[in-house]
Amino acid sequence: MPFWTLYGLSRGLATTAWPGGQDAELQTGVLGLPGFQPDQCRENCRACVDACLPKAIQPARGEANGITIDYGRCISCQLCTELCPEGVFTKSNHWAFGVRRREDLEWAEALSSQPAQELKQKIQRSFGRSLHIRHVDAGSCNGCESELQALNNPYYNLHRLGIFFTPSPRFADLLLVTGSVTYAMREPLLETYNAMPEPRWVMATGTCAVSGGVTGGGYSCAHGVDGFLPVDVYLPGCPPNPAAIIHSLLVLLNRTEQLVHGGRYEE
Amino acid sequence: MKAAAEQFVHPGEIPQVCDRLTASGARMQMAYARFPLPGEPPEVLYLADEGPDQPFPLLRCRLSSQSYELESLTPHIPLLGWYEREMMDLCGVHFRHHPEPRPLVLHEGAHPVLPPLDPRYPADQPMPFAPLAWELPPVEGEDVQMLPFGPVRGDVLESAQIAFYYIGEAILHCHPRLFFKHRGMEKRFEGLDPFFGVLIAEHVSGVDSIAHTLAFSQAVEAACDCEVPIRACYIRTILAEMERLYNHLYYLGHLCHTTTLKVGEAQGKLLAEQCKQLNGIFTGSRFLRAILKPGGLRRDLDLGELPSHLRALEPEIEHYMQSLESTNSHLDRLITTGHLPRQTAFDQGASGPIKRASGIQRDLRSNHPYAAYKWFPMYIPMREEGDAHARAQIRMQEIRDSIALIINAVEGMPAGPIEAPVSTPPYAEGLGWCEGTRGSIYYCVHFDAAGKLSRVKVKSASFSNWRVFPFTVHDTNMMDYAINEASFGLTMAGCDR
Repeated sequence: MPFWTLYGLSRGLATTAWPGGQDAELQTGVLGLPGFQPDQCRENCRACVDACLPKAIQPARGEANGITIDYGRCISCQLCTELCPEGVFTKSNHWAFGVRRREDLEWAEALSSQPAQELKQKIQRSFGRSLHIRHVDAGSCNGCESELQALNNPYYNLHRLGIFFTPSPRFADLLLVTGSVTYAMREPLLETYNAMPEPRWVMATGTCAVSGGVTGGGYSCAHGVDGFLPVDVYLPGCPPNPAAIIHSLLVLLNRTEQLVHGGRYEE
Repeated sequence: MKAAAEQFVHPGEIPQVCDRLTASGARMQMAYARFPLPGEPPEVLYLADEGPDQPFPLLRCRLSSQSYELESLTPHIPLLGWYEREMMDLCGVHFRHHPEPRPLVLHEGAHPVLPPLDPRYPADQPMPFAPLAWELPPVEGEDVQMLPFGPVRGDVLESAQIAFYYIGEAILHCHPRLFFKHRGMEKRFEGLDPFFGVLIAEHVSGVDSIAHTLAFSQAVEAACDCEVPIRACYIRTILAEMERLYNHLYYLGHLCHTTTLKVGEAQGKLLAEQCKQLNGIFTGSRFLRAILKPGGLRRDLDLGELPSHLRALEPEIEHYMQSLESTNSHLDRLITTGHLPRQTAFDQGASGPIKRASGIQRDLRSNHPYAAYKWFPMYIPMREEGDAHARAQIRMQEIRDSIALIINAVEGMPAGPIEAPVSTPPYAEGLGWCEGTRGSIYYCVHFDAAGKLSRVKVKSASFSNWRVFPFTVHDTNMMDYAINEASFGLTMAGCDR
């Protein structure tokens, strides 16, 4: 097939340098999870709370006026940024929200010091150079699958980072779960996990897998992976874009820093 | 119901009325049930299409309180088979003499205390479920092997299970078990304001976000007699075509994956990525989310630069498609693969490019124009062959048409407001539709006394096409299966909801 060989070669390099270099074009214009400045809040205003379908924004406990946000529930619908009269919530391009502890997605008044993670050393030693992923769709809207499939396109080219999807759980180090876990997918999900050799890790990908989002609960769904499996990395986003997925895989491997602590995003 | 031609029918007369309707050339589109009042008998509704620019006939049938029973129409009108089974599972309506009276949407072992779509079923109560073994058709004959596949499949794919019965390479029978991803999306609309309803519609199928939100918004607008401003109609049309563009390009790349044309796969997926990036640049969302709302748009978009981006991409896309069309190894795997005869496509309810590749000329964009489609000449690509190649060719032509339509629409877009006020009268009802990437999508919305949503029916294209797909697998071979499935371009989330 000389034609396609030449065709491929003539197209040159399509792959982004990210996260190795600064690639400004990576996700131009893509809106992430909203920025939050609670000190600008207007008194007795609950516009954002009323506008938040997945209940990510809630009145703060113990405060008459305050509000708090749990980014693990945010579906990035941008309604709060449109309805807030004071600019407390703003559109942002913050999408690299992968964290190791679920609490880091919740707004915390004061940042506590981060406890050292015992796992870190071990995972770096075992899998720092190569990671094999088994994906399980536990009831997503297929937005997450679309972005996971994009990881292997020439632009993101996940293989260059030593990260691969594998068909069999027997060869997998990481179980990547999407969806809020339907009743029918609960058993297949657990069976897949049980078929994986130890040590093994779990990443909840997308807001549905982190908290249920707008598809959690009801007669057929759970509220994400928590409660079924021990989750090592949480990545909210609806869906998280491919760069956000790569970022949190590298966070898992301890090859890059987590950007979100106590709900605050470090630029 | 607004935007449909209603007819109230007695339960006993349903078979005659439906037969008369189909004999006159109409095609049934879907059927669903709703509970007008808690504790009262359900109403069953049948939607049909009588042809271009004719209003959609809607038959409404209140069941008696003695028995929630109707005669099954499936023996005459096979495409209703799954809708009737869905009503049995979710609404507790029984259909007499149904040829496949097994559960469909709910798996064996799920025992809801009430039918889940009964308004008395509590919104947040999980149904009891004890997994039962999958009941498979028995097989006689020593040489027949059975291969169960899924629900967790190789590669990054949506969950579905398929059992193959085969001898050597030849598939005798393919038996899918779907609805692993049934999330009860229709129930989630209950009690919501329509502005929140958009968010639910957006999450029915992520890669069809615009098609679903558009059909939902139009249903609400029909119910509320709301006239959407022209500029908003233009932008909606452009967004719908941008959605088609990235989906179809990904489809071509994925089809190359199954025929092992590696560079073709890489190029198709790269072009799809470039379109998704354009989505991000111009709308803030790679999936075109968070823009539509009932009444118009949530914000105005500046699309002035979009045509120049598309013009730069167009020669690349055209060259790619022509190269695919002159690659024998690729075409050899597609031509005659997964043949779907016209009659089967019609009877079993094939939708979208699948149907048009089997010689049925129907496209909601031109037959029942919505948004801004009535202002643009629509050319509907058609093929008669009904094989995987024809299905790919339809999509290639739609890619060309989408690019041309987007450029035309951006350049002719009028200025003006982008939203109109929406107020929902009590008990309003409306029908909305959209020709999505994968076929026709219908939304029926019913409001309650307080102007909140009480029942929303979602008819997705993949629900229709999954029913048709196994008919193209029987009597083929294992090596062609993946190619055939890819050529249908199905989603699970849309089918399972």
